Amino acid sequence: MSAGTLSAPVAPSNPSTGRRDGFGQLLRAEWTKFRTVRGWVIGMIVAALLTVLMGLFAAANVNIGCDINGQQNSGRGCLPYVPIGPGGEAVEDSFYFIHQPLAGNGTITAQIVSLTGEHAVLTGPQQASNNGPDMTAGLMPWSKAGVMIKENTKRGSAYAAMLITGSHGVRMQYNYTEDVAGLPGAVTAGSPRWLRLTRSGDTITGYDSADGSHWTKVDSVHLAGLSSTVQIGLFATSPSYVQTSTSFGGSSNNGGPSQATGTFDHVSVSGSAPGNNWTGEAVGGGGPVTGPGSQGGAPTGPLTRPFHPSNGRYTVTGSGDIAPIVGDAQGPPTATVEQSLTGAFIGLIAVVVVAAMFFTAEYRRGLIRTTLAATPRRGAVLAAKAIVAGLVAFVAGLVACTVALAVGVPMERGKGEFILPVSALTEVRVVVGTAALLAVAADFAVAIGAVMRRSAVAVTTVIVAIVLPFLLTVLNVFPSGVANWVMRLTPAAGFAIQQSIPHYSQVLTASDVARGSYPLPPYAGFAVLCCYAAAALSLAFFLLRRRDA
Amino acid sequence: MSEALHAEWTKLRTLSGTRWLLVAIAVLTAAVSTAAVAATHCPASMSCPVDTTKLSLTGVEFGQAIVAILAVLAISSEYSCGMIRTTLSAVPRRPVVLAAKAAVITALVLTAALAAVAGSVLAGRLILPGHGFTSARGFAALSLADGPTLRAAAGSVLYLALIGVLSLGVAMILRDSAVAIGTVLGILYLFPIIIGLIGNQLWEHRLQRWTPVSAGLAIQATKNVRSLPISPWSGLGVLAIWAGAALLAGGMAFRLRDA
Repeated sequence: MSAGTLSAPVAPSNPSTGRRDGFGQLLRAEWTKFRTVRGWVIGMIVAALLTVLMGLFAAANVNIGCDINGQQNSGRGCLPYVPIGPGGEAVEDSFYFIHQPLAGNGTITAQIVSLTGEHAVLTGPQQASNNGPDMTAGLMPWSKAGVMIKENTKRGSAYAAMLITGSHGVRMQYNYTEDVAGLPGAVTAGSPRWLRLTRSGDTITGYDSADGSHWTKVDSVHLAGLSSTVQIGLFATSPSYVQTSTSFGGSSNNGGPSQATGTFDHVSVSGSAPGNNWTGEAVGGGGPVTGPGSQGGAPTGPLTRPFHPSNGRYTVTGSGDIAPIVGDAQGPPTATVEQSLTGAFIGLIAVVVVAAMFFTAEYRRGLIRTTLAATPRRGAVLAAKAIVAGLVAFVAGLVACTVALAVGVPMERGKGEFILPVSALTEVRVVVGTAALLAVAADFAVAIGAVMRRSAVAVTTVIVAIVLPFLLTVLNVFPSGVANWVMRLTPAAGFAIQQSIPHYSQVLTASDVARGSYPLPPYAGFAVLCCYAAAALSLAFFLLRRRDA
Repeated sequence: MSEALHAEWTKLRTLSGTRWLLVAIAVLTAAVSTAAVAATHCPASMSCPVDTTKLSLTGVEFGQAIVAILAVLAISSEYSCGMIRTTLSAVPRRPVVLAAKAAVITALVLTAALAAVAGSVLAGRLILPGHGFTSARGFAALSLADGPTLRAAAGSVLYLALIGVLSLGVAMILRDSAVAIGTVLGILYLFPIIIGLIGNQLWEHRLQRWTPVSAGLAIQATKNVRSLPISPWSGLGVLAIWAGAALLAGGMAFRLRDA
């Protein structure tokens, strides 16, 4: 919206058409009021500048150093290798895989008779001895073992797997982000599970069974561009054990590795005995943490055979995860694109101040009586003010966020920060959504200004309603269950529109607002804020009509 | 000076808004504290690294916004209705006017804050033992006889008073109520959010030490005091420097500009 287009001289409307106080005129009047108050225009420009500067300040102060082979490195040299999945997302791909090549179509069937696990003991600071950390028995909820068909053993390549989990029953998972539930319940000696994967062209179908004769199809997936020869076999992995202790003023993550061991029986590939041409491989360093073949705390490098075929049974032990990286405490240090939009909070406060004044100033100088004499339809006045304030906030926010993201993200990358990749569409949603958030906050402030009439009270109400719940959540004042409800029910829910990395139910994460993970999906959170603004506008409409100006 | 004080007291006392704001400081602060305490449980199976004193004083994060409204309105309402010219005709010495205003506001905020903090501590004392924070598990019931708890409670009262002075100074510089309250709330709430989101340890540490809210609220900590970025009383001192600087700048602006 440039001043030129809206303030261009418009011929006075012809009284004979009866459109003298048309809504367009009203909008123009309100826009004139806005743009001719120098403080408001300056306020919006300063807000946009501060939003950008805050993003650049954060990016400029990224300081990443690392030690590679005894050499001190910093910046780009420290960018970790992060595999990228078929869908373009950053993934973790580490597990123990015993595999053989499969040319063309085929099937793998296995009975899984047990799944057990160990995790690091977390008593005080981590005591890593030469034999790896002390371990205690315990299965993670998303520890997994099962059968897999994978493009190749490179990290991040396409795959489909039928697997049994620690506490989520049988699942079919593929290409890191997808997860389909199969038979419920844990695997025990009394109730083993049968898993089967069938490849036919690019299509892989997963089946499960409780008895090995009655099979149920779980899902059928299309893995585009699958090679004619793929790797087929058995795998096991187990995500890190993380204990989050939250206290007032901060949360600390204490964690350590875990490993899972799956025992397979009646393994057959394409209907016949698999033979002895298995290769055991710790994909992405996903070998066992302790025991034969382990590498102490960091299971990498060549391994002896941590799988034991005996009497047709196979025992496979692995650690790691096959899942998208969501930027929480686990995995390599990463950042999200929306982290360069931290400055939007500064913009938010400025927008709220200006928008509230946009209405309260009318009362202070008695201008409201002139305004209402010129336009007796009070609802239209409110609507015009809301539209003008919202549009100004949207445009200022859009410019500021676009610049902050376009400059900040490459800057952070250049300093060695791994930015979790997202699609261009998601980036647009984050930027446009943040601008829309400012616009809705502006309308909220206009409405509260009309209700309260006093600018100080109106400004405080809106800022406290939007910012304080967010702040108290970031400060970990509330336990996570309460914090989730605070971020669902208060206007602060609107910040969910900035979340670029979605929540995956198969990745165990606490929704942690400080790390950009909200309990509501982006648009639902934004809708909550919109509801507050709509309720405030309705109340303002009601009171404006009912009260004398 | 006593006449100036009396005049300021009369102006504030006879506004109905003042009374409501003072009641709001006391009641809403205690209410937010109570909500935070009521929401926190310590299950028998878990160790809870909770600073119960600090938790019980959560409402101060909210109460400070109302303190800011009270202080800002005491200045900006005089400017918005032209009352300031009457005030200055009656008491031409501007430092006296400002000092009297600061004294009256501070006294009022101290009174309301005392009630707010007392209510918050009482809520913690009554509710927490029922939520698993028992003395058997190392959480003694909150008591002002306990040194650190007394320091946290008394410090929170002083904290709110200093926020009042800071807001007064900012309002004196900016005069307009909306701009002043926006600036004060920006100072109060933006820094802690930036600290939470910045992800840069050096700046996080710096901001924790030198921004008014993060440093000032160090006074509420009773656990791991040694590992705080800034010690409790030094933290309150940092806030006092902010408040003093704001008041000084406000006083200068008041002296140098026409009303």
